[in-house]
Amino acid sequence: MYYIDPHIHMVSRVTDDYETLARMGCVAVSEPAFWAGFDRGSVDGFRDYFRQLTQFEQKRASWSKIQHWTWLCINAKEAEDVKLSREVIAMIPEFMDQPGVLGIGEIGLNKNTKNEAIVFLEHLDLAAKTDELILIHTPHLEDKYKGTRMILDMLCDDQRLDHHRVLVDHVEEHTIGRVLENGFWAGMTLYPTSKCTPERACDMVEMYGPERLLVNSAGDWGPSRPVAVPDFIMAMRKRGHSEALIRKVVYENPLEFFGQSRNFVFTPPEMSEPAGV
Amino acid sequence: MTTPQTETPAAEVLEQEFLLIRAKILEIAAKLDRLDRAEGSANDAQLRQVQAGLKILQETEPGRAERVQLAFSLDYEDGWREKYLGK
Ligand SMILES: [Zn+2]
Repeated sequence: MYYIDPHIHMVSRVTDDYETLARMGCVAVSEPAFWAGFDRGSVDGFRDYFRQLTQFEQKRASWSKIQHWTWLCINAKEAEDVKLSREVIAMIPEFMDQPGVLGIGEIGLNKNTKNEAIVFLEHLDLAAKTDELILIHTPHLEDKYKGTRMILDMLCDDQRLDHHRVLVDHVEEHTIGRVLENGFWAGMTLYPTSKCTPERACDMVEMYGPERLLVNSAGDWGPSRPVAVPDFIMAMRKRGHSEALIRKVVYENPLEFFGQSRNFVFTPPEMSEPAGV
Repeated sequence: MTTPQTETPAAEVLEQEFLLIRAKILEIAAKLDRLDRAEGSANDAQLRQVQAGLKILQETEPGRAERVQLAFSLDYEDGWREKYLGK
């Protein structure tokens, strides 16, 4: 089955991973900007990162016949530095018209601090003014519930935002209901040490239905499993769910959400296969 | 598309999950024993969360996973906007 990983940090992965993803049926990935494991020292550090995301990474993905989209922002961890964050937010528009840029992300909260909230709101303002899609990171573990509710408060306070153009990621059992009820898209992240398992992701599809629901690996430089989406596909099959249902979650849903971006271009794999083979 | 219920009957679900449930309960039991054998005192707040989580497993109403998540979560504060954003 063809699938799309809507949240994976490929700059932290080796080229062999692209090859493995392709062999598992992955035809496209979307890569939000995030933390490198250390704080970048200047706005130019981010500029170079955005060049990598918008220029080189697409090329590397294409070697394995995978299409690559990306999202730009300063992530919540580095948002503690409000001055640097403002410089980065002012620089983002330089890159918004590059091919493959789908919107602003992954913005959000990490430790639910005042500075994180301020920088989150300034990103929302940029997205609202430029009519960009938004991809949101919600905090981990004990901070997730409180942080997700704060994020939903800020999103619902801003009357300019169309909820169908916002994806709230890393939802779990205690946050998914509120996200979907408010009309947002929800992403379930399958991650070995925190977040969700393939089994629990299947449970959530069974409980909430497949509408506006995505599954991703959020693979990055930490212990992560880039082929987590195929694990989910297998778990759904073992439970006897239809191929049509699985395909909706792992392929059609990401295309529907991303398709709202003015920069969205996608060549379905059927179209790129050589004729008569 | 409506909510897709799993078509597997309860007897089969239990059959599939029984050994896994057993293994995980056993794992928790062994971890609690390990904690008892250890010297000194542990983080009280975390121990209370563990006890709350174990209690939820005994409940009969659905939504246990969500309630376990909440037992391990910080509370939402209603007035956070005033505190952070002055509004
Ligand atoms: Zn991420």
